[in-house]
Amino acid sequence: MLVPATTAQRRFSIFLVFCCTLINAGAQVLIKTGAGHLGAHPSLFSTGIAILTTPQLFFGYSLYALSMVLLVVALRHGELSAIYPVIALTFVWVTILSATVFGEAMSAAKLGGIAMIVAGVATLGRGSGK
Amino acid sequence: MLFVFAAGFIGSFGAAFLKAAAGRLRGNFASVLTNWHLGAGIILYGLSSVFFVRGMAAGELSVLYPMVALGYMWTILWSRLFFGEPLTWGKLGGLALIFGGLAMLGLRA
Repeated sequence: MLVPATTAQRRFSIFLVFCCTLINAGAQVLIKTGAGHLGAHPSLFSTGIAILTTPQLFFGYSLYALSMVLLVVALRHGELSAIYPVIALTFVWVTILSATVFGEAMSAAKLGGIAMIVAGVATLGRGSGK
Repeated sequence: MLFVFAAGFIGSFGAAFLKAAAGRLRGNFASVLTNWHLGAGIILYGLSSVFFVRGMAAGELSVLYPMVALGYMWTILWSRLFFGEPLTWGKLGGLALIFGGLAMLGLRA
């Protein structure tokens, strides 16, 4: 089952999961803007209805589905332990989007956190060598 | 907080199943439909996102984000146990940085 992946395949896997994080961030922003249509304590059923009838929620969750497909394709040739934590980049994009789209305050701690996550993902990618 | 802890834990299993499924995928459509690992992975992954959203709605980010990072730690553990992927210092170091970074992102401004 474990066929050694070529360098090109590994790079492509990392590229795919990188796309996943961008898509996830878009999905989260859509879901956040659409979540206002939900009540304070929505039941599972009303949440399901809201996802189907609210465009932002529908497209948000569709993006999540798309990102999961890309993740599975990425996992074909990449190590799970090297690829999955890259998803943490999602939080970097979300933080940046929150500051630019929703005008949330950007603090020094957040900038530091972003730098650490990026460094961590880079370290992971390096450590996955063979 | 318990929700997000559960989300990370379940999600890490979801990822492991997706990985197992990915290795079994062939070109034809039937191999996608009969791939129970894929179904299990999708259900676990979906379930984890439901828990995650619930936990997010309820809790403090300063606790929740590191919990998410804990989910990555589980995943690296399962990768070692189930798929024999090497556990390297690079991975542990990267994970530690991500953990610290998420903790800082979760701090209240």
